[in-house]
Amino acid sequence: MTKWYRENAPITAVKLADELMRLKRGSVTRRHFLGVTGLGFATAVLARQPGLFNSTAFAGDLGSQMSIATWPNYHDPATFEAFTAATGVAVEVNVFGSNEEMLAKLQAGGTGWDLFVPTNYTISTYAKLGLIDELDMSQLPNYDPSTQNARFTHEGMVDGKTYAVPKNWGTTGIAVNSSKIKAPVSSWKDFFEVAMTEADGRTMVHDYQLTTIGNALVSLGYSFNSIKSDELAKAEELLIRVKPHLYAINSDYQPAMRATDAWMTMCWTNDGAQLNRDMPEIAYVLGKDGGEIWTDFYAIPKSAANKPAGYALLNYLMAPENAVKEHIANGAPTTDSRVLKLLPEEVTSNKIVYPDEASLTPLEFGAAVTLTDPGRAELMARFKAA
Amino acid sequence: MTAALVAPAAAWLVVFLVLPFVAMLVFAFGERAPEGGYQPAFTFAQFANLPTRATAFWNTLMLAPAGALLCLLVAYPTAYYLAVKANPRFRLILVSLVVVPFWTSLLVRTYAWMYILGSRGIPNLLSMIGIEDVRLLNTPGAVLLGIVYGYLPLMIMPIYVSLEKLDRRLLEASADLGAKPASTFFGVTLPLSLPGVMTGVALVTILLLGEYLIPQLLGGGKVFFIGNALVDLFLQSRNWPFGSAIAVTLVAVVVVVLMVAMRIAWKVAGTRQVDLV
Repeated sequence: MTKWYRENAPITAVKLADELMRLKRGSVTRRHFLGVTGLGFATAVLARQPGLFNSTAFAGDLGSQMSIATWPNYHDPATFEAFTAATGVAVEVNVFGSNEEMLAKLQAGGTGWDLFVPTNYTISTYAKLGLIDELDMSQLPNYDPSTQNARFTHEGMVDGKTYAVPKNWGTTGIAVNSSKIKAPVSSWKDFFEVAMTEADGRTMVHDYQLTTIGNALVSLGYSFNSIKSDELAKAEELLIRVKPHLYAINSDYQPAMRATDAWMTMCWTNDGAQLNRDMPEIAYVLGKDGGEIWTDFYAIPKSAANKPAGYALLNYLMAPENAVKEHIANGAPTTDSRVLKLLPEEVTSNKIVYPDEASLTPLEFGAAVTLTDPGRAELMARFKAA
Repeated sequence: MTAALVAPAAAWLVVFLVLPFVAMLVFAFGERAPEGGYQPAFTFAQFANLPTRATAFWNTLMLAPAGALLCLLVAYPTAYYLAVKANPRFRLILVSLVVVPFWTSLLVRTYAWMYILGSRGIPNLLSMIGIEDVRLLNTPGAVLLGIVYGYLPLMIMPIYVSLEKLDRRLLEASADLGAKPASTFFGVTLPLSLPGVMTGVALVTILLLGEYLIPQLLGGGKVFFIGNALVDLFLQSRNWPFGSAIAVTLVAVVVVVLMVAMRIAWKVAGTRQVDLV
């Protein structure tokens, strides 16, 4: 699995830039970097001269400017340029480090976003707080529920209404350097045991309560989403026992894994695929005892300044021929069978990105209450302070 | 006339210091909304909850003065060299060199240290001469190194300034009266530079009380400081009232530290003016 995308294409300036972004991404993981630095509002205006590309077909209805809030390195910049060329609407891209930060900004108001990319467990909260509207599906003809994998779409529904449509999905698994660790690691139970033995001083867990506490719960046979105090107490006992053996509590694990300072870490799909692509000895495994599966969605804020443009871009992104470029650029798996058909064989045969259905069965979606539960937040604080 | 001159600064302070602080105070007595954030209330629950972050406060209160003293040990000889020993022709260049790193963000420089201390950095060089398996990154030593590196210029500059305006005739007088260089240093130079030392120590201590980046990046996030607790409360669990209560408490701690530092400075500096803040 080396250089699995666009093998035959000669490199263009845009692709070179894309490669540089990839390189950059390899050393500093997106969400964590922004989260820890608070640089969440770093803004890039991709197309500053909308007038140059004004097309008569849409210009009157859509305005000349719109804004999207998303994760760093999550899109193909060419997608937005093509959208601007087609519609005359310039797309301003705001990148964020965490769902919490996005939520806080939207709650404070005045964001000006016309489209944004929340993760599954926040959708119901956004809906409850009245920050997003039910989507008007008549404006999204390119979205076809029948080609979507229902596993990933239902998190975007609240009370049977569609508030968000999926962008891509992923998992939270274990990246393990097989040239350093000989013990088999195939479950979260193994993860925590090996962390205290063979990988002593070489293991990383996320600086994120959802996954760190969730996976500790799973290793003990409980639900990833448990908020029961007795189960959380056992997870806390485990985490505090493991802590002296950890290399770091940090969601920016790629640099340490690449330098082989760390040999094993909790890991998200995209990072797992990138690590494995560049260092084949780093395997990415899903816990056979469970763990997390997630979907990032597109939703339109109630406060959007330019809803027509928000819908237009969303509809544009839902077209398989556009979505396929996005998936090739960011590497995360698609929820849409039409896109799946268009993706190159090297991408779809990658078991890290597209694991067997059976291995997904024990995984759970993070729940809204898991993220907001004060008990888990306090547990995490005690774990980090221990 | 005076009022007109003061107005811009006063307006600035009101808008960017007083109002945010009042907002923080209001939040600190409120409650966390069920989905996170803030909802109005009047409760002392957030302050009652402070003991749950006692470890973080303790770690911070230990780290800040320790880091500042370590900085002082490195900074004093440097400042002394710059102010007293260095060739006056090159002094300006040398002083500029101390300040130049500030042109790059501390974040970027700290990331650079991650690579220097990581196993492809210094440990890799050491392994070439046969010293294997040295671990530097994510150790307490790495955190101290990062702190000294990051805050050194802030310590050097005030000490440099107070040493530079030192009246050389006092040193000559001391020597004329038979004092050895060492006793001149401890009897004349050091006491006269104390205002600068106290300024540097207070400055670095206060900034260290809010530090979270260096422990996070060079310490592997395994040591929890009050800055880290605040980041988690605002950016992860979205518990703004509790975060505000901690922030208010931290401000109170900073004020106390400042007052104690000033008192000590007054005492050691005798009746002389202390330009601390």
